[in-house]
Amino acid sequence: MYTFYFKALIHTLPLFFKGLGVTILVSGISLVAGTLLGVLCGILRTVKRWGLSRIMGAYADYMRGVPFLVHIFIIYFILPEIGIQLEPFPAAVIALTIYAGAYISEIVAAGILSVPKGQREAATAYGLNAFQQMRHIVFPQAFKVILPPLVGEYVLLIKDSSIVSVIGLTDVTRVGWLTVQRIPEGIMVFGLVGIMYFAICYPLIHLSHILEKKVSYDAQ
Amino acid sequence: MLSHFNFRVILQYLPLFLKGLWATSWISAVSIFFALLLGVLACSMRLSNTVSFKKIAGIYIESMRATPLLAQLYFFYFGLPTLHINLNEIQTGILALSLNSGAYIAEIIRAGIVSIPEGQTEAGTAYGLNYIQRMRYVILPQALGVTIPALLGQFIVLVKDSSLVSLISVLELTRAGQLMASERFMPAEGFFTVAAFYLVIYFVLKYLSTLWQNRLIYREP
Repeated sequence: MYTFYFKALIHTLPLFFKGLGVTILVSGISLVAGTLLGVLCGILRTVKRWGLSRIMGAYADYMRGVPFLVHIFIIYFILPEIGIQLEPFPAAVIALTIYAGAYISEIVAAGILSVPKGQREAATAYGLNAFQQMRHIVFPQAFKVILPPLVGEYVLLIKDSSIVSVIGLTDVTRVGWLTVQRIPEGIMVFGLVGIMYFAICYPLIHLSHILEKKVSYDAQ
Repeated sequence: MLSHFNFRVILQYLPLFLKGLWATSWISAVSIFFALLLGVLACSMRLSNTVSFKKIAGIYIESMRATPLLAQLYFFYFGLPTLHINLNEIQTGILALSLNSGAYIAEIIRAGIVSIPEGQTEAGTAYGLNYIQRMRYVILPQALGVTIPALLGQFIVLVKDSSLVSLISVLELTRAGQLMASERFMPAEGFFTVAAFYLVIYFVLKYLSTLWQNRLIYREP
C-alpha cells in the first residue's frame, strides 16, 4: 500500500512544482514590494515631525498584534464590502506586502537609529540637505545593520506565504492539502511539502547567519 | 463602512468571542509551557559536547525554523492517524505549536547564554563552582536579562500563530470570527472584532515586556 501511494505521489509531483512556482512568485513579488514599503515607512518612522513616527508605530503595532490569517481574511472578505473585489493572487500579494512592510519598517528604523548622531551633525556641517544625508551618509551605514535581520524577515515572509492557501491560491501548501485528500499518507505528502520549503528557506537562514557574523566581525 | 457597522450583532456573538478568547489564551499558555521545556532541552543538547545530541538538536531546530507552521500543522493532523496515533484537534494543535515554538526558544536561550563572555565561566571555575552552580549563580541570571523580552516576543508570535489551529476546526478566537462572518454574512464585524481581541492580548504582553526592560535599566548600576 505504501509503495502504491508513493508511486501516486510521484505522479502528482508536477503539481507540487507548479505550487512551488506560485509560492516563489507570490513571495518574490511581495518581497520586493514589501522591502520598498518597509524602507519608506522605516525612514518616515525616524522623522520626528507631523506625528509621522506615531502613525508608523501604530501601523507596525497593528501588524505585529494581529495574526496574518486574520489580516488576509480582512483583505479578502471585507474589501469587497466597500467595492474592491480582489482575485486571490493580488489579495495575497497585497496582504503579504503590507504585513512584511511593517516588520521591515521596524528593522530599517532600528538600523537608522543605530547610526551615531554625530554623523548627521557632521553631514549638516558639510551642507548636505536631509535627503542627501540619508542617501549618502546614514543609509549606507545603517544598511550593514539592516541586512542580516532583513534576510531573516524574508524567510518569515516565505513561510507566511503558506497561509495564503486558505483563500484558495494553489501554492505548495494547498497542493499538499489537495493531494492528501486522495493520497491519505499525511507524513509522505506534507514531508514533501516541508522539504520544498526547507530547500528555499534553509539557504536563506544560513545566509542570514553568515551576514550576521560578518557584521559583528566588521564592528570589532 | 463604519456607518453601518452592526454593534448589536457583535454583542449577540460576544459569548462566542469570549469562549474563543479563552480557548486562544489557554492553548497558547499550554503550548508556551511545553515549548519552554522543549526549548531548554534542545538548547542544552545543542550546547553539549556529545556529537549525536548536538546533531539531533540541530536537525530539530533547523527543520522547524525552515518550514512553515501551517505545513507542520497539516503534517501532524494528516500524518499522525496513519501512524495510528489518534490525537484530537486541540492536542494536535498544541503539539505543532509547542514543537514549532520550542525550536525558536532554543535559539533565543542559546543566544542569551553565548552572549555571556567566557571570562565569566572561567572566573566561576576559578572560584571552585561546578557546572550547575556556574549556570545557577553566574550564567543564567545574566542571560535571563537579555532573554526575557525575546521570550515575551516569542509568546506574542505564538499567540498569533495559534490562530492557525482554526484551520483544523478548533474553536478559538479566529474560528469564532469565521463562524460569525459565515452565519451572518458580516465579515467586517466578525474579523475586526477578532483583530481587536488579538490587539488587546498583544498590548498586554508588550506592556509586560516594557515593564521588564524598564526594571532592567533601573537595576543596572
